[in-house]
Amino acid sequence: MRYLSHSDADRREMLASIGVSSMDDLFADIPQAVTEQFRSIGRRGLSEQEVVSTLSELAARNRADEHACFVGGGVYDHYAPSLVDHVLLRSEFYSAYTPYQPEISQGTLTAMFEFQTMICELTGMDVANASMYDGATAAAEAVLMAERLTHRGRVAVAGTLFAHVRRVLDTYGWASGIEIVELPHLPSGACDLSNLPGDISALVLQSPNAFGVIEPLEGVKDRIGDALLVVSTHPISLGLLAPPGHFGADLVVGEGQPLGLPMAFGGPLLGLFASKKEYLRQMPGRVSGRTVDADGTVGYTMAAQTREQHIRRERATSNICTNSALCALAATVYLASVGAGGLRQVGELCAGKAHYLAERITALDGFEMPFSGPFFNEFVVQVPGDAVALHRRLLDAGVLLESPDGLRMHGLENALRIAVTEKRSRDQLDRLVDLLGGAR
Amino acid sequence: MRTIFDYPQHEAVGGVFPEPDVPTVDVDRMIDAALLRGDRPRIPDLSEPTVVRHYTALSKLNYGVEDGVYPLGSCTMKYNPKVHETIARLPGLANAHPLAESTTVQGTLAFLYHLSELLGGIAGLPAVSLQPVAGAHGELTGMFLFKKFFEMRGATQRRRILLPDSAHGTNPASAAVAGFSVTQIPSNDDGLIDLEALECELDETVAGVMLTVPNTLGLFESGILEVTERVHAAGGLCYFDGANLNAFLGRARPGDMGADVFHFNLHKTLSTPHGGGGPGAGPIAVSELLVEHLPVPRVERDGDTYALDWDRPESIGSVHSFYGNVLVAVRAYAYLLHLGDEGLRAVAEDAVLNANYLQARLKSSYTLPYDRLCKHEFVLSGVDIAEGISTLDVAKRLIDYGIHPPTVYFPLIVREALMIEPTETESVEELDRFADAMERIAVEAREHPELLREAPHAAPVRRLDQTLAARNPVLSYPFDERVEDGET
Amino acid sequence: MGYPVEYRYTKDHEWVSVKGNVARIGITDHAQSELGDIVFVELPSVGAAVRAGEILATVESVKAVGDVNAPIDGTVTEVNEALESSPETINASPHGDGWIAAIEVADPSAVDGLLDAAAYEAFLSEG
Repeated sequence: MRYLSHSDADRREMLASIGVSSMDDLFADIPQAVTEQFRSIGRRGLSEQEVVSTLSELAARNRADEHACFVGGGVYDHYAPSLVDHVLLRSEFYSAYTPYQPEISQGTLTAMFEFQTMICELTGMDVANASMYDGATAAAEAVLMAERLTHRGRVAVAGTLFAHVRRVLDTYGWASGIEIVELPHLPSGACDLSNLPGDISALVLQSPNAFGVIEPLEGVKDRIGDALLVVSTHPISLGLLAPPGHFGADLVVGEGQPLGLPMAFGGPLLGLFASKKEYLRQMPGRVSGRTVDADGTVGYTMAAQTREQHIRRERATSNICTNSALCALAATVYLASVGAGGLRQVGELCAGKAHYLAERITALDGFEMPFSGPFFNEFVVQVPGDAVALHRRLLDAGVLLESPDGLRMHGLENALRIAVTEKRSRDQLDRLVDLLGGAR
Repeated sequence: MRTIFDYPQHEAVGGVFPEPDVPTVDVDRMIDAALLRGDRPRIPDLSEPTVVRHYTALSKLNYGVEDGVYPLGSCTMKYNPKVHETIARLPGLANAHPLAESTTVQGTLAFLYHLSELLGGIAGLPAVSLQPVAGAHGELTGMFLFKKFFEMRGATQRRRILLPDSAHGTNPASAAVAGFSVTQIPSNDDGLIDLEALECELDETVAGVMLTVPNTLGLFESGILEVTERVHAAGGLCYFDGANLNAFLGRARPGDMGADVFHFNLHKTLSTPHGGGGPGAGPIAVSELLVEHLPVPRVERDGDTYALDWDRPESIGSVHSFYGNVLVAVRAYAYLLHLGDEGLRAVAEDAVLNANYLQARLKSSYTLPYDRLCKHEFVLSGVDIAEGISTLDVAKRLIDYGIHPPTVYFPLIVREALMIEPTETESVEELDRFADAMERIAVEAREHPELLREAPHAAPVRRLDQTLAARNPVLSYPFDERVEDGET
Repeated sequence: MGYPVEYRYTKDHEWVSVKGNVARIGITDHAQSELGDIVFVELPSVGAAVRAGEILATVESVKAVGDVNAPIDGTVTEVNEALESSPETINASPHGDGWIAAIEVADPSAVDGLLDAAAYEAFLSEG
């Protein structure tokens, strides 16, 4: 067995030094009534070569990566510099444990500190944690945190959150007894704030939202009294767009996958969570803080641990333990690789290509954009005829769009949501237009 | 050690992204200027060699499993096979969008389906969800399942979860997040759950029990069937925390012990990398009672075709954006394919053998509160090593021997606890290296205690001031102040 | 450090000092030493009513959280705001300047049921 180190002679000697005569003696404490019911999984072990060929065959049954990908919804087909993955392949990073022994974890802790800083810079907030599981659970934890701070039992949530974020909020909200009040949208595609319910812990918005529309956040904080303003956002967009922190958001969450992570069929992802500093003690998740050692050298250590489950147990700010640390490292290295300049550049490419595509599509007969609000790299088009058939035809021609079912969940029929990243070449954009226009 | 913000900046470096190939328009003509950012985020612009050198240097400050034994109790820091890093990067698997049409991702859906079957077989339970992405997330999902189960039966007075005083902190935290209150059950003198105390608490306000098997002392609850029978008889459900599965792979199944929910930690038992804190995966296996409440979507099979099924009216909904940590799951899948039944059994055998070997060696130098054969981990106490010396000092001194310390101060029921789990990865030579170091430290504690109290001496930094970090939290780079370092 | 004889003590390591119908409460030297360097104190609100055994305040060190339970029933009249900026005062002077809160008690004789200094010290040496 490749991953074991003992010979049979080793095992015999070790058993003798323990004072037992056989391996079975070491398992005598498991009740016979349990062991006699045991059934194997009925598999012979495969060699490494066979494992690779089995997995390669499975990978080959996937065709998604052969299509031009115009699917978005929080996860995007962005380009990650090669440098990112090479850093992740250093086993000192990927095989290390959570940094509870800071003196031998300065690599992890320094990178966490850098990540927290970069997320604060992007979001315009005071403090950020070292990651949550994904953008959806980050949003759920933000709602739970707002509830801990204000005890109102109710939150107002934009109907323009991604459906998958809303699903998770619904589950966590049901379990905590928090009522979720959904707000409709305006013709612009932005959230309609004209009828805000009273007595809410938080207002949860997403910008850019599920229609791709950038929400006007100016003045929103002033309209919600002492409820918390929670904004879920797209990190690449923050290279160009004014961050929610600049509009007084209390909590900013989001999906960090676009920052150097593969799409991975949806996992692992990267939950972003940032807060105003006055709420630090209620913030969930691990944080790395700066300190000094016995010689006065600057170092980093886990800080504010008394918020966490290993100390507070049932009174912790969250039950989170394992988070998405290596993905946060990927995001840190991505941002360090592209720099503020590169981040701006990729944002401009995404926006430029998306607007070019939108313009060309809406020039086609029968194709309209139902929402007038400004967008970044994702937008919705109403299509003439049957969107399902159109979607199918595009798929057969090697172009992957999100199923129209996605927008149907938001009450839109015969509509398609289209995302554009820097990876979509002009040829791919023009081909999509041609196909939509009826070409084969 | 510098942060990435401490380097002299270059001009915008570029070179990653191409020039635009569509007609360019100024951003403020596409998007209203009021929505645009006026400042420049303080993310450094550095050349690639600078960035590479920085993160390479940072990595060398870490200790990983490839540096040596990592005897953290309850963490199962076993070797992370390299082949997993290869297969997880196969473009067909890595570059699939979660909302891609299922006809384009049949390979992924197939392995998710098959992995669920394998995990169900290991658990001895009929259905599995791969959605939870961490052990604590699995616990939370399990608690949601309990809640749904009782809600559908009109038994919402069942609001209490019972758990032993040796439970991992995530257990009560997860129960609390799900809206339950927790009642702690004491452990008896043998370190096992006190059955009488448990029986006293079983009434119709109890939703169920959360147990870790074997428990966090590394001891198997030999009365496990009695525990689960009594809980079921009282109308409750049984949650098993599977963090310690490495102790009984190939010999026993939680489903046969009475578990209604069992979570796996793929980043423990199934060798996926710990990542410095994640990402992990915490899939759950459930008994027949709870199958209909599992999160949606489920992966279903029709002949050779796989699809996502959302039609589960009694489901709790979703606990993750999509389907769980797929690229973590694929590593676990590869591991199971490689091990097969023989391998699973051999893993648990060597894991338990290694732990007992170390326990036998160390019981003469340290206090062993529960002197009996253990499973895959055991707990020592640093309580009587030497005057004025704590477990923390022992842990920090171990760093000077080039070894990662064990888990310290957990479980809470042992004072000055040192929890040691070598895993099956370690050779006799490496086990002896660890035991030799621990024995030498015990001697040093008596003869040269200052070596322990001021340890570590040989790590990249000396012992760090936790109090300063806590009193004066600096959680992001202070761009606006001048940073006074002892070194760069 | 000794335990002032005029105070009363609980098995949860709080001390109480009663003057008239106002009881001052803090944690004992033993408690502060077990907790280690104290980094944060969560004080109650003035006017809050507390019952014996309920949480009055929490004291946090780097690695632990200690609940300060109200030893007797009362209403909070004063809190030691200096602890907000200098929580370490509890370590330096747990029985004096490190007091946490004062409560007005309906029944000052309720403290008679608590441990006196000798009984508390005996309790410590058992454990």
